[in-house]
Amino acid sequence: MALNKEQIAQRIARELRDGYYVNLGIGIPTLVANYIPTGMNLVLQSENGLLGMGPFPLTGEEDPDLINAGKQTITTVPGSVFFDSAMSFGMIRAGRVDLTVLGAMEVSQQGDIANWKIPGKMVKGMGGAMDLVASAQNIVVAMMHTNPKGESKLLPACALPLTGKRCVKRVVSDLAVLDIRDDRFHLLERAPGVSVDYIRERTAGELVVPDEVPEIQF
Amino acid sequence: MNKVVADARTAISDVQDGAVLMLGGFGLCGIPENCIAALVEKQVTQLTCISNNAGVDDFGIGLLLKQHQVKKMISSYVGENAEFERQLLSGELEVDLIPQGTLATRCLAAGYGMPAIYTPAGVGTEVAMGKEIRNFNGKDYLMELAFEADFAIVKAWKGDTHGNLIFRATSRNFNPLMAMAGKITIAEVEELVPAGTLDPDAIHTPGIYVNRIFQGVNYEKRIEQRTTRTL
Repeated sequence: MALNKEQIAQRIARELRDGYYVNLGIGIPTLVANYIPTGMNLVLQSENGLLGMGPFPLTGEEDPDLINAGKQTITTVPGSVFFDSAMSFGMIRAGRVDLTVLGAMEVSQQGDIANWKIPGKMVKGMGGAMDLVASAQNIVVAMMHTNPKGESKLLPACALPLTGKRCVKRVVSDLAVLDIRDDRFHLLERAPGVSVDYIRERTAGELVVPDEVPEIQF
Repeated sequence: MNKVVADARTAISDVQDGAVLMLGGFGLCGIPENCIAALVEKQVTQLTCISNNAGVDDFGIGLLLKQHQVKKMISSYVGENAEFERQLLSGELEVDLIPQGTLATRCLAAGYGMPAIYTPAGVGTEVAMGKEIRNFNGKDYLMELAFEADFAIVKAWKGDTHGNLIFRATSRNFNPLMAMAGKITIAEVEELVPAGTLDPDAIHTPGIYVNRIFQGVNYEKRIEQRTTRTL
């Protein structure tokens, strides 16, 4: 069975470490916050100007002045701090954020990522993604392995306009966990019940498969 | 030293057709609602707007787009604004999409009197086209120029008669950066107090950057994505 979005987020949460400052992008990455292991001490950065993002507010406690980068109403946790957008991207550019999780339309075997535009059809804009991928040391991409037509989104080279070059280190898709190094995808784990062949057929980029590929355990 | 003007209409009275404006806010959070309403009423056109987003279809800068008052947007995110995306794809609207950190830092550079900055954001993408690239310590950086804007229009939580400003929570976002960066800076505030009332240590934007200030009225503070949890 392919993973659902919650399970992708749950798997990505295993990349979190005590003491990390973490930036979670819009969509599946936002869900990762629901799976922070109990007792782990980390700080969520929201690039619109907050360190110490908390859960969504209770009904009636929404504050229009307090939102995350997805424009959702949020809360703060003790020890939080607000700052302006230049400082926010300053701390990102200076490499202070330990882990960045974001979505993608395409990823290449070189670690290139495309996630902001489909020429002539759709333009969402890059938002903070280009800044994040250009500076973050540790980028995990959360994505579907294929598009709705069943075509691979893990490619030899991105066809869509790039967000950044040679920056993605790890991909968690609905089918697999893969690392990117030496210009190839390396299969690390597979979704429960999903065969290596099934993943291979849906990975257009060059895929290295070790002898043993464990299933993701939940 | 008194920077106080009566209202939004007075504050923006000399904004002419073709002006370059910076407008603070992230999404609908911390946008200068009163000044945007006054610009809509004034029907000034051919505007270039530097703002992270363009509001939503029926609020914020979306109101200016709907009336075709905007010639060009310089933004980082179109998002869910259908009219913005439609005008962009049809070519009715000139749009310069740039990385969010680049947008913020080009404001910062203007306010700090620096002509340009270097950033790695956009290297190897279409954002880099036509821009000078320099390599520092083995990594490529794009040279990005400080913005030049005729007016910066920002929204603060509190302000005083000298133009000193304090922002609240994430409605700070681009506001203090743009406040430093306009040839003329207009600040609308929720609460205007006499100079000497605010704690000097708590002020985010020194009044030297602010030319006009007024207390806004009837803030709607619309929420774009109301999201809640249950106990």
